[in-house]
Amino acid sequence: MKKLFALLLAVLMVISLVACTPGEEEKGSVYWLNFKPESDEALKEIAAMYTEETGIEVQIVTAASGTYNETLTAEMDKSTPPTIFVVGNTAAVDQWGEYCLDLTGTDIANELNTDAYMLKDADGKLCSIGYCYECYGIIVNTALLEAAGYARDYITNFETLKTVAEDVHARAAELGFDAFTSSGMDGSSSWRFTGHLINLEYYYESVDDPAAWTECPAEIKGTYMDNYKALYDLMVVNSATNRADLANGGFDAAAEFKEGKAMFYVNGNWEWSGLSEAGMKAEDLTMIPYYCGVEGEEKAGLNCGTENYWAVNANASEADQKATLDFMKWMVTDPEASALAVGTFGVMPYKNAAESTNPFLAQANAYASAGNYTMPWVTNFQPNVDAYRAAAVAAMNTYNADPTDANWDLVEAAFVAGWATQYAAAQQ
Amino acid sequence: MKKKKKTYSTAAVTSRLLRRPIRRAGWFFLMPMVAAFCIGFVWPFLHGMFLSFCQFKTTSNWKWVGFENYAKAFADQSFRYSFGYTALFAITSVILINLLAFTVAYALTQGIKGTNLFRTVFFMPNLIGGIVLGYIWSMIFDGILGAYGTSILMDTRWGFWGLIILMCWQQVGYMMIIYVAGLQAVPEDMMEAAKIDGANGWQTLTRITIPNVMPSITICTFLSLTNGFKLFDQNLALTGGLPYIINPDGTSVHTTEMLALNIYNTFYGQGANSRGTAQAKAVLFFILVALIGLIQLKSTRDKEVQQ
Repeated sequence: MKKLFALLLAVLMVISLVACTPGEEEKGSVYWLNFKPESDEALKEIAAMYTEETGIEVQIVTAASGTYNETLTAEMDKSTPPTIFVVGNTAAVDQWGEYCLDLTGTDIANELNTDAYMLKDADGKLCSIGYCYECYGIIVNTALLEAAGYARDYITNFETLKTVAEDVHARAAELGFDAFTSSGMDGSSSWRFTGHLINLEYYYESVDDPAAWTECPAEIKGTYMDNYKALYDLMVVNSATNRADLANGGFDAAAEFKEGKAMFYVNGNWEWSGLSEAGMKAEDLTMIPYYCGVEGEEKAGLNCGTENYWAVNANASEADQKATLDFMKWMVTDPEASALAVGTFGVMPYKNAAESTNPFLAQANAYASAGNYTMPWVTNFQPNVDAYRAAAVAAMNTYNADPTDANWDLVEAAFVAGWATQYAAAQQ
Repeated sequence: MKKKKKTYSTAAVTSRLLRRPIRRAGWFFLMPMVAAFCIGFVWPFLHGMFLSFCQFKTTSNWKWVGFENYAKAFADQSFRYSFGYTALFAITSVILINLLAFTVAYALTQGIKGTNLFRTVFFMPNLIGGIVLGYIWSMIFDGILGAYGTSILMDTRWGFWGLIILMCWQQVGYMMIIYVAGLQAVPEDMMEAAKIDGANGWQTLTRITIPNVMPSITICTFLSLTNGFKLFDQNLALTGGLPYIINPDGTSVHTTEMLALNIYNTFYGQGANSRGTAQAKAVLFFILVALIGLIQLKSTRDKEVQQ
């Protein structure tokens, strides 16, 4: 009995000792709820570096692909919510704005080398800032393009793209490769069309009427849906897969491209690390804009923008906020850390961050410096984005099974009338 | 003295001296279970009820709005559609699952060779998770339907029957085990008496066997009915609500979306403002499932016989 009592007392003493030591509270800690599964490993490495250097704990948690909103909702309710989270578009600002610390005048905001990647709420509070930007378009295997008998710079508009795609598709058996990769309409691939390709429609519409697009418009006109249709049809007809099979998905577009079975791959600069690991060389690759038959498109550039915006939790303790802001600044200024970050993100818009080595971003810059217009990511305005895109996918499945004009009307209804419907639903 | 302490007798256990402290401390032993029940069920349930009257973004950040959410839930066309679809699904699956499970159980209690192996094989699908099952079956269905140029995501009918087949495949084994237990408990002497009285197979089945396995039928219909109404994982993985009917005004009807999936899509797919509505739908959903379950229990219990 005495022994037990002594043991109890000893345990109590140890507990009180622990309580006396300076706790984590004063130093603060960082908890980053990461949005990009492909960057998880690199970010954990960066976090470990920071902890080693400063002793401040940095926790990286990555939400499973496509479930960021769900995960964030649950995590925000916990007693230790994320201190860094992603608020990547205007809809997210509406939803999470009150949780965002005003970043105006913070060290990290002052490190930005452009004001293109700042999201503000209606009151002008700086809710989130971009930590990287990306570009997407059509990735071209130029080695295959030349093997098919075309010069590297042959494609400059929809007409030439169409000529090449149809010719290669017709000679696919003889050449050993097809024009476009097979792109399923399942969740792992449908974003190519409902989240990327459709950007051309919104973008050209916003060029016609810039005033309507300064914020999310209540409705859209669908003026360029025919151009979207032309390019989409070109992509799905001139590939190895029958378009009626696309609904099920299960195709590995990346593998088709890496193995040289297709020449065109609809994707973005983030694919570079995967392609280079597969042994593809930068000189054999390029990225071209979405040529869709719009007048003057010879001067088009790539789609550049980002959904990767950092927000700092306004409800976190001051110590945690400070630790978080310090960590962010360190990440974009420390040569080693920013090199790692740029390796996974492509490019970071900060004055002292490491230089990008991504050939597709170099291509985007080359277009811009040649005077071509860059197409910003207008898709970030999509209202109720998940429901909106899901309806579009459903309509496109019907259209692919039976590509008639009547079925295309469904696709148009999903994109155009669906915008107004979802906008109204989001405003309720 | 010491020696006496070591001998035990039943009198010691039943003595008031020992029983009283146990009885007094009973609540203490109940505590862990009660606490778990409160934390895991009672509190979230009450909190959920409360939130159905609020507009909220996270559960700790709410604003009271009264019955507005319920009004929106009732006005939602997709919710009403899902209700009808779910009811149709539940009824069909209850009938098919129980018919099949009873038939299999009946066959496997006739003493045919390899009975244990068959029982194991039939039970196994039940051990696989719903999401995995959904994806496996979507591959199987699409492998077949692909040959006819269609897909389970393209046709509402295929989506419906696909879900039914999946549910039968998963649940028949489980229900079969319950029926087997029921069939084995039918008194031998009754069967023998029926035989001596000259009852044929059909008469024995309907007059002796079925009335005697009524408790199993009660529990199996209850389980399959509530499972049918609550179905979520399999629905999400197999069809995800596809195909949609796209209306010219931009709204869409998710033709294979059941109630639980409808609630989920309302909660996450439509922005933070619809979370209260989703919560109201969830409360309505609970009331509905509880009501149907209770009515069904009452009606089949009445048919049970005392042995």
